[in-house]
Amino acid sequence: MNCPVHDPVMNPLQQYEITILPGRNRDGRREGFDRIVIRPGHTLSIVGPTGSGKSAFINDIEVLAQDDTVTGRVIQVNGKEPSEELVRDPARKPIALITQNTRVIADLEVARFLALHVHARDTGTEEIISRTIALANEFTGEKITGTMRMTALSGGQTRSLLIADAILIGQTPILLLDEIENAGIHKERVIACLKEYHKAVIFVTHDPYLALITDRRIVMKNGAVAAVLEPGEQEREIIGTISGMDAFLRDLREKIRGGEVIITAGPTPSLRKKTGAPA
Amino acid sequence: MKLVIVAGPPSAGKTAVIRQVIKKFVVSDNPAYLKIDVVKAFEDEELHAEFGIPTRKVYSGDLCPDHMGIMVLKDAIRWAEELKAGMLIIESAGLCLRCTPYTLQAFGIAVLPAVSGSNAPLKMAPLIALADAAVVTKTDLISQAEKEVFRECIRSVVPAIDIIETNAVQGTGMRYLFQAIGRYPGITDADAITLRGTPPLGVCTICMGKKEIGWQHHFGVIRPLEEADNLYRGD
Repeated sequence: MNCPVHDPVMNPLQQYEITILPGRNRDGRREGFDRIVIRPGHTLSIVGPTGSGKSAFINDIEVLAQDDTVTGRVIQVNGKEPSEELVRDPARKPIALITQNTRVIADLEVARFLALHVHARDTGTEEIISRTIALANEFTGEKITGTMRMTALSGGQTRSLLIADAILIGQTPILLLDEIENAGIHKERVIACLKEYHKAVIFVTHDPYLALITDRRIVMKNGAVAAVLEPGEQEREIIGTISGMDAFLRDLREKIRGGEVIITAGPTPSLRKKTGAPA
Repeated sequence: MKLVIVAGPPSAGKTAVIRQVIKKFVVSDNPAYLKIDVVKAFEDEELHAEFGIPTRKVYSGDLCPDHMGIMVLKDAIRWAEELKAGMLIIESAGLCLRCTPYTLQAFGIAVLPAVSGSNAPLKMAPLIALADAAVVTKTDLISQAEKEVFRECIRSVVPAIDIIETNAVQGTGMRYLFQAIGRYPGITDADAITLRGTPPLGVCTICMGKKEIGWQHHFGVIRPLEEADNLYRGD
């Protein structure tokens, strides 16, 4: 469940700390927090209904907004306004955003695409390309090869590749993941790997399991942050149950995808505990 | 008065970029706007309604719109100066992508949509080569990695160009474009303005009606298949 073949490299970039200063909601009122600080190793989830401003929130972080987006938020790096170089030079930018969109425009072979990115980031040699593809293959069940075309990859393959790319080629200390649960990838493996590399990770998610395993939960409403929750111990107990349910559903999903007819779903972990009856 | 010339393929987001520029400079620089298009354009009416600034358009009809732009530019500068505008923004139609409508004493912006594919910057090389800034629009539609690869593709055409990545509808990232425009000097001698590069010829023997195929039957602009790799960079 982790990434044994890749040694996490401590990159000097990983010392970055991000501070989010409040903006305004859709009615122009100030958001209800003073500042949100994100350091390496932190995990946060962004939850809220569709249209509540979740994607706008991570987009602000991605562009290192300086009160120049619709939300009016200001993003600081290490407690001050980021230098122009940090914002504009992709080789120095500490943030990678993996969007919900898994369409790719670049009609290039996977290896060529990665080579161009390695060149842009200046983060290594050709050898890193095969490592990136190998890591992506740990995240997806559908094998990716270097000679496939980017435009021919499935949604799960694209997302796996982009996450592996952000970890190894981008080497960004902060990853923003927009609804990765939709993409048919091994999310537990992704999370374990991100932990191992000591990344700061922000998930936009509707997935209860993902939302519960993060350290902090940001609740969005009407274009603004409505609350920042740190449930900690209160929720720790339930995570085991949800994890079991999640595994149950994943197993069921795989069976359905594999063409099986489901005669008995078997007991879900929570129901077994309470009633002992099959679901 | 500052002169700003904006070029880019159709639907790249030129007007969205210009809208942000006007929003930023509307009070300080009293901008005027000219749209050059071939058959139909609405941008002048929209921008006039939105910002109340002087705008106009000119249709090139059967003439190349960038040739048209070159023809009318001097008149346009006089028009804007008579209106006491501090900035004149020219938006080209952006059609054949060979043209370099940028002139001396003007800030040249090439607008390229991030969704246009990694070979697009090569195909639009002349459009980018002589611009001061390449504004990459619609970056919200692609991933970080792809954005960086697209940037690399632009750099392969023009290594030192100033690249501004934006979701122009929202205006993200535009502060660097505003700063670059703000720093750029105004027109000092309108009579000394010339094109930065030589535009492609508007007339060849095919344009004149000769129907024979094969370069052997033509003169002036001829291209044999074997020498087809001469990348046109605008000069």
